[in-house]
Amino acid sequence: MHLPKYRLVKREKISPIFRILLPFIAIGISFIFSSIIILLAGRNPVIAIYSIFYGALGTRLGLLETIVKAIPLILTGIAVALAFTGKFWNIGAEGQFYAGALAATYVGISYLNLPKFLYIPLLLLVGFVAGGIWALLPGFLKTYLKADDVVTTLLLNYIMIYIVTAILEGPWRDPETMWPQSIRISENAIFPKLIERSRVHFGLIISILSVIGVYILIRYTKLGFSIRATGANPKASNFLGIDIKKTILITSLISGGIAGLAGVGEVAGLHYRLTENISPGYGYTGIVVAMLGGLHPFGVLLSAFFFAIIITGAQYMSRATGVTMFMADVIQGITLLVLLAMLIFYEYEIRRIK
Amino acid sequence: MKDILTIGFLIGLLSATIRMATPLILATLGEVICERSGVLNLGIEGIMLYSSLIAYLTVYFTNNLWLGVLTAIIVGILFGILMAFFSVSLGVSQHVSGLGITLFATGLSLFTYRQIIGAPTIPPTIQTFKTLTLPILSKIPILGPILFDQYILTYIALILVPVFSFLLYKTNFGLSLRAVGENPEAADALGINVYKTRYIALIIGGALMGLSGSFFTLAYFNMFLYGIVGGRGWVSIALTIFANWDPKRVLLGALLFGGIDALQLRLQAIGFNIPYQFFLMMPYVLTIIVLVLVARNALAPSSILKPYKRE
Repeated sequence: MHLPKYRLVKREKISPIFRILLPFIAIGISFIFSSIIILLAGRNPVIAIYSIFYGALGTRLGLLETIVKAIPLILTGIAVALAFTGKFWNIGAEGQFYAGALAATYVGISYLNLPKFLYIPLLLLVGFVAGGIWALLPGFLKTYLKADDVVTTLLLNYIMIYIVTAILEGPWRDPETMWPQSIRISENAIFPKLIERSRVHFGLIISILSVIGVYILIRYTKLGFSIRATGANPKASNFLGIDIKKTILITSLISGGIAGLAGVGEVAGLHYRLTENISPGYGYTGIVVAMLGGLHPFGVLLSAFFFAIIITGAQYMSRATGVTMFMADVIQGITLLVLLAMLIFYEYEIRRIK
Repeated sequence: MKDILTIGFLIGLLSATIRMATPLILATLGEVICERSGVLNLGIEGIMLYSSLIAYLTVYFTNNLWLGVLTAIIVGILFGILMAFFSVSLGVSQHVSGLGITLFATGLSLFTYRQIIGAPTIPPTIQTFKTLTLPILSKIPILGPILFDQYILTYIALILVPVFSFLLYKTNFGLSLRAVGENPEAADALGINVYKTRYIALIIGGALMGLSGSFFTLAYFNMFLYGIVGGRGWVSIALTIFANWDPKRVLLGALLFGGIDALQLRLQAIGFNIPYQFFLMMPYVLTIIVLVLVARNALAPSSILKPYKRE
């Protein structure tokens, strides 16, 4: 039987330069809106924004901290970007992050008799699986039971965070300090450092590999085509013989797995233990990172660095100018909204080729 | 265990059920109005949080509770207009616009509170609404203390259920709203302004979400906490589906979840040998279960998520 051919094409031609420029224009405009808010708070916006960039990039320490902050953001950003590409509305990267962190901590504090080169891959594996399962659940509820993925992924965040606090305040409570945090993980489970006198760890390599991996997956594999097609037009995809249910399930599994890796990285690379607030909302920031990156893996890499600058720099700004570091959260929200307003310039559709 | 079976416990539980249902009734009615016009408003969680903060700050500085309610409603309306700008005027993804508004409003809440109040060890408290004990009615045995010894915002929420049911099914505006949500092209052909109707729906919806937010700081608690709304906006999204987009069923759903909330608080207090987090989790778990049960038969307004572009 002869099937008509379909391709993913843009509705209207826009120049590639403009597409790359768009996020930068959005950032510029969002700084204007942010300045207004800083002005309303009675502070000098020029000094505040300057100190964000100085704090994040102006010193060796600041720059390295920015890289450290970028690691979880790259991973949650990639996780969300992959899910959104397939129109699986994964707003649950926060919960999947904690699921990964929880599983990795469990293996890490079990003090297994393993050398580092086996212990670390095991940590990554269990973290990926835990995060993946926590996303597969809403994926399953969406495909087989028609339960809205936005609501289920969001609610599962709250449930996972309560599970983590229950465990940390109960069986895992640190017996030395009595604080609600786990004991230190095994020395052999700790990620190696990449740069001397810094906190930059092996998670950076994991995150960059994930970017490349997802790029190859989306761009060059059959599964990747299925994900893009399902996201662009489920009806046409069905017609093309793509198993939409299977595609959504795999998308949710991989997406959640990558978000889980972000949790592994924060435990094994940075804190060496699980704490109740190990994520200051990396899962939610991942949504903004993914959108600013145009859902493109390399775009996500850049946009994760941008938001790492904002978050790291905001801490410096708060000390230097008295504008609270929560300005970082405001900038994230504004950037997403401004970008969204500009997104009307490009949208995808499936078009039939004659 | 025998504590549970006393009349006093039951009266307390049912009274708390209605109290805890209040913000859910208001927010879900708001979401129903938005979605009936064809717009999913995921800004709900952030709108509730920011309006609860503004209500709190207004009362903190002026000691005027009704002014607090009013400012919360205005905040809700402004965010409703913002949501309409994105989803109706620009016609961009309703999912992302709503999430963007929630992220922005949440960030703004943290920022505003920290900038104005700072980070005191004990959050400053305000004088909140007292429960309004209705004369005579509250003297009715059992029913009286359950129904007629509530906050005024609770009475308002209960009255708004039939009001919105009437608005939606018995007025011209309600007819236009439903037409726009089901078939905007046909509605347009009949001379209904789709854009204007959706704007009005999002403004009314935002006002209700703002009113809902004010309940948290002006009645339920007497201070502002970052986690004060705690996902109840998302629960309202699920309740909208549970209610099948019908105001009357909103009451049923909100009471069910208010009941679980009230029950879990009491079970925590009794102190079973289970971590208290498992009780806190109950409303979220139940929401997912209920969502799964009703999702297959749920019939959303046909034009939801689809921006309308006039040719």
